[in-house]
Amino acid sequence: MRRILFLGIAFGMAASALAQRGPRAMPDPGVDLGARLYATNCYHCHGDGNQVAGVDFRKGQFKRASTDADLAGVIRGGVPGTAMPAHAFSPYEMTSLVAYLRSLHAGGEAPAGDAAAGQVIFAGKGGCESCHRVNGKGSRVAVDLSDIGTMRAAAYLERALVDPNAALVPQNRFVRAVTRDGATITGRRLNEDTESVQLIDDHEKLVSLQKADLRSYTVLTNSSMPSYADKLTAKERTDLVAYLVSLKGSGTR
Amino acid sequence: MKLLLIALVGAAAWAQVTPERLLRANAEPRNWLSYSGGYMSQRYSPLTQIAPANVKNLELKWVFQANSTEKFETTPLVVDGVMYLTQPPDDIVALDAKTGRVFWVYHYQNSAFIPCCGQVNRGLAILGDTLFMGTMDAHLLAVDAKAGSLLWNIPVADGAAGYSLTGAPLIVKDKVIIGTAGAEYGIRGFIAAFDAKSGKEAWRFNTIPTPGEPGSETWSNDAWRHGGGSAWITGSYDPETNLVFWGTGNPGPDFNPDRRPGDNLYTSSVVALDADSGKLKWHFQFTPHDAGDWDSVQVPVLADMSFRGAPHKVMLWANRNGFAYVLDRNTGKFLRGAPFVKQTWATGLDDNGRPIRAPNSYPTEKGTLIYPGIQGGTNWYSPSFSPRTGLFYVSAWQDYYATFVEGSGDFVPGRYYMGGSFRSPIPTVAKRVPVNSWTEEGGHGEVMAIDPQTGNKKWTFPMHDVTDSGILTTASDLLFTGGREGYFYALDAKTGAKLWQITLGGQVVAGPISYEAGGAQYVSIAAGEALFVFGLR
Repeated sequence: MRRILFLGIAFGMAASALAQRGPRAMPDPGVDLGARLYATNCYHCHGDGNQVAGVDFRKGQFKRASTDADLAGVIRGGVPGTAMPAHAFSPYEMTSLVAYLRSLHAGGEAPAGDAAAGQVIFAGKGGCESCHRVNGKGSRVAVDLSDIGTMRAAAYLERALVDPNAALVPQNRFVRAVTRDGATITGRRLNEDTESVQLIDDHEKLVSLQKADLRSYTVLTNSSMPSYADKLTAKERTDLVAYLVSLKGSGTR
Repeated sequence: MKLLLIALVGAAAWAQVTPERLLRANAEPRNWLSYSGGYMSQRYSPLTQIAPANVKNLELKWVFQANSTEKFETTPLVVDGVMYLTQPPDDIVALDAKTGRVFWVYHYQNSAFIPCCGQVNRGLAILGDTLFMGTMDAHLLAVDAKAGSLLWNIPVADGAAGYSLTGAPLIVKDKVIIGTAGAEYGIRGFIAAFDAKSGKEAWRFNTIPTPGEPGSETWSNDAWRHGGGSAWITGSYDPETNLVFWGTGNPGPDFNPDRRPGDNLYTSSVVALDADSGKLKWHFQFTPHDAGDWDSVQVPVLADMSFRGAPHKVMLWANRNGFAYVLDRNTGKFLRGAPFVKQTWATGLDDNGRPIRAPNSYPTEKGTLIYPGIQGGTNWYSPSFSPRTGLFYVSAWQDYYATFVEGSGDFVPGRYYMGGSFRSPIPTVAKRVPVNSWTEEGGHGEVMAIDPQTGNKKWTFPMHDVTDSGILTTASDLLFTGGREGYFYALDAKTGAKLWQITLGGQVVAGPISYEAGGAQYVSIAAGEALFVFGLR
């Protein structure tokens, strides 16, 4: 079951995260209904990676709608000339759906930690910047965290710090390739197909390899991030999570 | 003067695509006269100029850039040097098959409609000098193949209620036959025939019978009214028995089978209809009481072969439910069936080919993980059969699952009526960026060469990503196919060895064809938002 969760598309993750946070975190009692309406009416076009209309719900930025009423209007009337049809939801359904859409990018409950202290740990004691980048600062070797707060809930991030392997999503896996002449290249996989793989290597270099030219090729299923269970105190981890949750992508993206 | 006259008469005669020409399509391999390349739908070209020895010399000859950002699922027709293709959603383009230069574009302004799965169109049919196309708003159009002008426009069903016509029509004698899409909207599916001259409806076969009709006993309560059973891919035809064969889609609501107790005929089936009357001669249901959206909307591939020591008229069918079948196409009798991909929903097939359901294989509120997933072991991707190798070639999704969630939701006209939802690790093909953002755990694509005699796979060609591409084989034992990764491949049809490849930079969601123009053989494939045509250097 765990594997499914991690493989889950953004929608699945958001829904799971909401469920895990319990009723207190629900921005509206209708979110659950909204999630179901979304799954049956919206997911076909607006699932993860399917932003055909340029809409990335995870960022909470809607091209044609700024208020909830605008958003409802777009859903109700559709967008002429595009694939977006009109939808005849009841007012209650519409409220639930809009609440659900808003919840997709909501950061969840206010985290208990001190975000400013967390930022200091991120750059200092945690050594996070040696691999991760936030708003243009830090290494590009591991995934950029500038908008991690729009995608992951606090509980998930806390677990990632303690058990990085469990929290590593397959999309962010590292790979190790050995070329015919014996050179070993390690990096984070950006793309892969039958014939080739594209990655960013340990020196932040973009590398494209043809599999036919490799002696060996391994997808690393474990995270190269250390566990912070012993490296940071519980208080420090909570502060760090508070900082991460505050990152909403206002910087480089 | 005399010569000129003969030339003109000759041209006029060629320009007419008569029913006789459609019957003997493989006698003129330079053309591609129907969606699947002939009534047996083998997507097999008798051309041999491009061969394993010279396939490495293939080069790009021309590109047609579609004026559309929708999925480009078209299979072109080629008639005596002119190529006709559909540009999504509802345009027809006529161009020089040798150079790609455009003669004309016919644009149809559709009205209210609801697209289930993208504003797509898979192709055309031609009879005489007339092209036929279904539209997103469920109209059927006849367009003059020379002038590009509309001849007639018939509303076939209500586009605002979720009906749409996305598949290429099939011409049989003087009739244009087409099936509807829309089973996700609680439609009641049908296959219908229209007089090619007038557009007048000749017959209509409802894929969901009315109470009292045979098959209606497989429905209870009022579920049949919104029972789904769409038919959005092109069928096949056997002139010997005058039967048209057509695959039908899932029952509705998709993921809540409790709403529709019974086998739900004739959903997820193949039906054999009399071409003149539309009367049902036989049916075979691949997935009774389907709960996985496993449309049997595959192209029926017909083959004449020795089977168990005797000549047989068979139908080859790799189904979305994960099983591959051999049927007797005269009777619908089940001859053989076995899984071709990992599947967990059935423990096997009984002697009549009916699946034996595994316990706990239906959607639940918590979700049930089932192989294959929603897109199935294969889908509408055109398979191929080569009479030379005797092999049946299928684009498959291997080791692929989804979690099916049962839900509620009453029928509301024009709204999704799916009775639940699904979670799949693999995104739908609508993604615009050619980046594999999921991973190996989600399943992968394979080209499979299945021996119909044994059900065994002669070879497989595994891909990293999944594939929505159709397959073409040729009489020089080449196999052409693509995939989501944007490669276009030539494989050895006998061994599966990769002989040639090119990156097209866009996902292939269409089938390749081959044709000849000016004495040279070409292969075409739609990828991304363009059609690419290759020939020898």
